Amino acid sequence: MKRITVLAIAMAVVVAACGSSHTSSTSKASKDTTVVLMTHDSFAVSKPVLAAFERASGIKVKVLKAGDAGAELNQAILTKDHPLADVMFGVDNTFLGRALDNNIFEPYRAGGIDRVSRAFVLDSQHRVTPVDYGDICLNYDKTWFGHDGRPPAPTSAGDLVNPAYKGLTVVENPASSSPGLGFLLATIATYGDGGWQTYWANLRKNGVLVDDGWDQAYDGDFTVSGGKRPIVVSYASSPPADVVFSSPHRGVPRVGVVYTSCFRQVEFVGVLRGAKHPNAAQRLVDFMISEPFQRDVPLEMYVYPVRRDTPLPPVFTKFGALAPHPAVIAPSEIGKHRDEWIKTWTNTVLH
Amino acid sequence: MDQHRAALNGAALNRSRLWRLVCLLVPLAFLGLFFAYPVASIIGRGLGERGHLDPSPVLDVVRDSRLRSIAWFTTWQAFVSTVCTFVVAWPLTYVVARSAIPGRRWLRAFVIVPFVMPTVVVAIAFLALLQPDGPLGFLGWERGVAPILLAHVFFNVAVVVRTVGTFWEHLDPRTVDAARVLGASRLRAFVTTTLPLLAPAIAAAASIVFLFTFTSFGVVLLLGGAQRATLEVEIYRQTARLLDLRTAAGLALAQMVAIVVLLAVTARLQERRATTQRLVTATDGVRRPRGSAQWVAVLAAVAGTGVFLGAPLVVLVVRSFSAGGHFTLAHYRALASTGDNGLLFVPAWQAVRNSLVYALEATAIAVVVGGLAAVAIAARPGRASRAVDVFIMLPLGTSAVTVGFGFLIALDRGPLDLRTSVLLVPIAHAIVAIPFVVRAMVPVLRSIDPRLREAARVLGASPARVWREIDLPVVLRAVGVAAGFAAAVSLGEFGATVFIARPDTLTIPVAIYRLLGRPGGANFGQAMALSTLLMAVTALVVLLMEGVRPSRATEF
Repeated sequence: MKRITVLAIAMAVVVAACGSSHTSSTSKASKDTTVVLMTHDSFAVSKPVLAAFERASGIKVKVLKAGDAGAELNQAILTKDHPLADVMFGVDNTFLGRALDNNIFEPYRAGGIDRVSRAFVLDSQHRVTPVDYGDICLNYDKTWFGHDGRPPAPTSAGDLVNPAYKGLTVVENPASSSPGLGFLLATIATYGDGGWQTYWANLRKNGVLVDDGWDQAYDGDFTVSGGKRPIVVSYASSPPADVVFSSPHRGVPRVGVVYTSCFRQVEFVGVLRGAKHPNAAQRLVDFMISEPFQRDVPLEMYVYPVRRDTPLPPVFTKFGALAPHPAVIAPSEIGKHRDEWIKTWTNTVLH
Repeated sequence: MDQHRAALNGAALNRSRLWRLVCLLVPLAFLGLFFAYPVASIIGRGLGERGHLDPSPVLDVVRDSRLRSIAWFTTWQAFVSTVCTFVVAWPLTYVVARSAIPGRRWLRAFVIVPFVMPTVVVAIAFLALLQPDGPLGFLGWERGVAPILLAHVFFNVAVVVRTVGTFWEHLDPRTVDAARVLGASRLRAFVTTTLPLLAPAIAAAASIVFLFTFTSFGVVLLLGGAQRATLEVEIYRQTARLLDLRTAAGLALAQMVAIVVLLAVTARLQERRATTQRLVTATDGVRRPRGSAQWVAVLAAVAGTGVFLGAPLVVLVVRSFSAGGHFTLAHYRALASTGDNGLLFVPAWQAVRNSLVYALEATAIAVVVGGLAAVAIAARPGRASRAVDVFIMLPLGTSAVTVGFGFLIALDRGPLDLRTSVLLVPIAHAIVAIPFVVRAMVPVLRSIDPRLREAARVLGASPARVWREIDLPVVLRAVGVAAGFAAAVSLGEFGATVFIARPDTLTIPVAIYRLLGRPGGANFGQAMALSTLLMAVTALVVLLMEGVRPSRATEF
């Protein structure tokens, strides 16, 4: 028994020594403070923009990608006594209620917040700061519709339950995917209680396909990517992305957007309670709503900057329109009903 | 004379007992720290959420009809998947073990490629084949249980071919010859002589396949249609989505209990069936097919399995070379460019480099830790060995999210705060790879005739020398195969890596997922190109691992 303890301790020390030599070598490389930024998998920033911030502030940013947005938030909640990071980016308005209930953020009124549209500032105590937003909308394949006896492109979520659109739609499971949840919320806002359940029951009768995640639906089942379904739940920014990432290059998108029944998603950043470097953390938050970062947001993450008057790249002004009247549900309301809505949805559509 | 021998044995036994203890301590300490402690922490937290230890969530798995049906589905699909995998893998296992055909080694290396492919990539390939107007559309298997089974077989054929095949090729073929000469039919000779001798290897492969399919996650989510769930899927949902640690802990415990029972039974079976036998070199056991009938059978086995394993892979390769219906190298050029990529943070070639480095580190850890465990387990059958064996297998049957979240709350302070350390990646990979090393080595070690060791001891050899002279040469071949597996496990691992991988420690599978998470043909094409690269890298690494072995390994 004693031997086991001795060995376990010896191993722990060896491992810890290796571990600390790794960290110390990185901190020796630069004498600056290193601030850790926890994000979800889709976070992206262009190198020169981040490097300019690091040079100007003397703060090194270490990015920690922690899975999808849900997994990221739950990790932050579980580790709130010994946080993994100083700053956390990626909580959206569907998860904001849970984040605030668990008290993981330190209030901080970011420098430059007055340049951000009031509509996005959803926490009056400034525990979180909005960074970007986007619309979750139905997308369709523009080349597929309107010929060979096929129906015209859909113009609303209501079209999808029409027999002419039988078997054409693929959606994501709201229990596992944030666009999936966004579209469910859009239908709840559109059809109201009682109405949305009927809508989904009809959609099920009309042969809707439910995929687990966005990649599988968009990359696998959407006709634009070689699948069999010309309607998919995705983002209003799919058309610009479709042009930028077209291969071979195309000047106009193949993807169209149904601008009714969209849900507006806002993503936030916040300083974590117990951050090792709270001051540096606040600088990083300031940076994320500063002009250089905000200008970078559209072409890196395919969402829209929250800072007013941020110039958009031409491909966004040309093809990246937003929904004129997106569905709005208060984060507290979503937090209260989310599990119950998903459960009802699951019973209606899957069982 | 007998007395003298007993005394000599006694002294040697004491020393070998000490050796065995050392062999056991390293793997136990390693798994205790990096597996048992984190898992116990997260489960304890879930069950203790109400202030006291409350076991009722475990009972809910039995009481709640929804959870019960999930547990039932998990079990039967794993059972059927295992049986199907054996049926599909058997012909190729025979060929790899017994037929001296050109390119046998290449076959063994290529068969592992499906095993490392990211599930989402395979799912996309399967969907392309199975969708209504695809080449297999007539089957009507677009979603549901059938594609799940198909994918499980696809992923796990390698486990059977390599685990059973390696053991089989060392069996003395003369046993079967003798049975045939005595008038047994081909089938009877197989059933009465070969099958019982293969039993330990079959049990080893079956338990690994069962565990993999029992804890299947991506395949079930992607191909099952949204209503299918295994316990693993439900644990992920409860932990990462709903933050219901109580229910998650109940499910995780139930899953572990089921696995421990299953493993205890197979470990017992494996031990009972293990008989010492004269093993022969791999080249002695194989024979060239004779006559056209045998050639046709061998070629049919290779071609059949080849088409099954190859078709989904070909879909990916073709897509990596096409854009808008035309041939292109653009996706590969984009991967090779060191240009700014805000999503991946580092150029894709660095992911390839990282993957290779981690694979080497993880393999080294797994071979050392797993090798010591295998020696200890094989040395002395009994309850203690079985317990260790089960414990080592347990990580394969534990949800990645349980281990990952356990890590976050257990190793969170002081010198043990490894949560953001780059060391975690090879350690996590090694934990998954160790069972393969143990499973590949134990059957071989057990079949060594103990009289050989006794003779060496009588002649004055130290335990270490006995091991070096008797066991090592026999076991080296198995180590090569195990190392190949360990490297493959590391190259393909995703579930744990995605939680640990930092931008600068990106691996190939994680990069593939990130690219697929963005719209546009260019990202998709690059993901396919990276998948193709993963196939090539895996085949190459496994080929090298198995090729590098001293010539003496073939001398026994």
